[in-house]
Amino acid sequence: MFEAIAFYLFAFLTIVMFSITVMTSQALYAMSALAAGMIFISAFFFILGADFLGAIQIVVYTGAVMALYAFGMMFFDTTRDVVEKNPSANLVFGMSGLAALLVVLIFAAPIVSDNMVAAYPIDASVGNAQSIGMVLFTKYLVPFEVAAVMLLVAMIAGIVLAGKKMDRSLTLMRDEDIAAMEQENEKAVL
Amino acid sequence: MMEIGLTHYLILSAALFAIGLVGVMRRKNLLMLFFSTEILLNAVNIGFAAISHYYGDFSGQMFAFFVIAIAASEVAVGLGLLVVWFKRTGKIDLDMMMTMRG
Repeated sequence: MFEAIAFYLFAFLTIVMFSITVMTSQALYAMSALAAGMIFISAFFFILGADFLGAIQIVVYTGAVMALYAFGMMFFDTTRDVVEKNPSANLVFGMSGLAALLVVLIFAAPIVSDNMVAAYPIDASVGNAQSIGMVLFTKYLVPFEVAAVMLLVAMIAGIVLAGKKMDRSLTLMRDEDIAAMEQENEKAVL
Repeated sequence: MMEIGLTHYLILSAALFAIGLVGVMRRKNLLMLFFSTEILLNAVNIGFAAISHYYGDFSGQMFAFFVIAIAASEVAVGLGLLVVWFKRTGKIDLDMMMTMRG
């Protein structure tokens, strides 16, 4: 009973939030709605008994990814309305066909997978985080380490890409120097 | 109706994925495209967690973890590239990226 109420409530909220993200013309509204939608999605993980995944969802998405977007948006002109494009009819036709096929597959999936056997059965005697740790550090140890190296590479790449010319501080320079630097940049781009 | 099964979650996942696809198709701003890809990844994560719950298997949750890790690193690299592009051209619209005449 309560599970059903929670499911429908959070499904409604998530769909509304993500629709705002997709439809609005203001970048700031889109980002706030996306952050709210991420929090509501973690509720599904808690309902499904995946407590650790829900906590990770809140920490990583609303803590790290959204903060990164918020800081990244300081570089961009976000007060301007976002321009939309009108896709061609062929593209819309093909994509809606793909989506319909996806829905059919989703309805058929529980029928064909009746004889599925759990490779890593969920043990109810220990908590969710503990059993996840046991699976993660035995069977999935190598992918875990590879993911760690990938995150390190991404971090260094982000610093190298975004950190160019950070040795000069715009707040400490005089206005004439900034104008000269901008002119030089324009020449370099051309 | 009151009993929430696997199909409920899978339909919700498909609906969210469709919303993300609409966003990918209609957005021209690259930052908005990043938001739409986040929606796509999250929709798939809900499906993984639901299957993991209803079949009593941990593999779905494990895959969801790796999806989250990949999404985080994608955002770091993508935003770095976006900042560089904005510094060079002053715009982050897809139409501006025509240097390869594609």
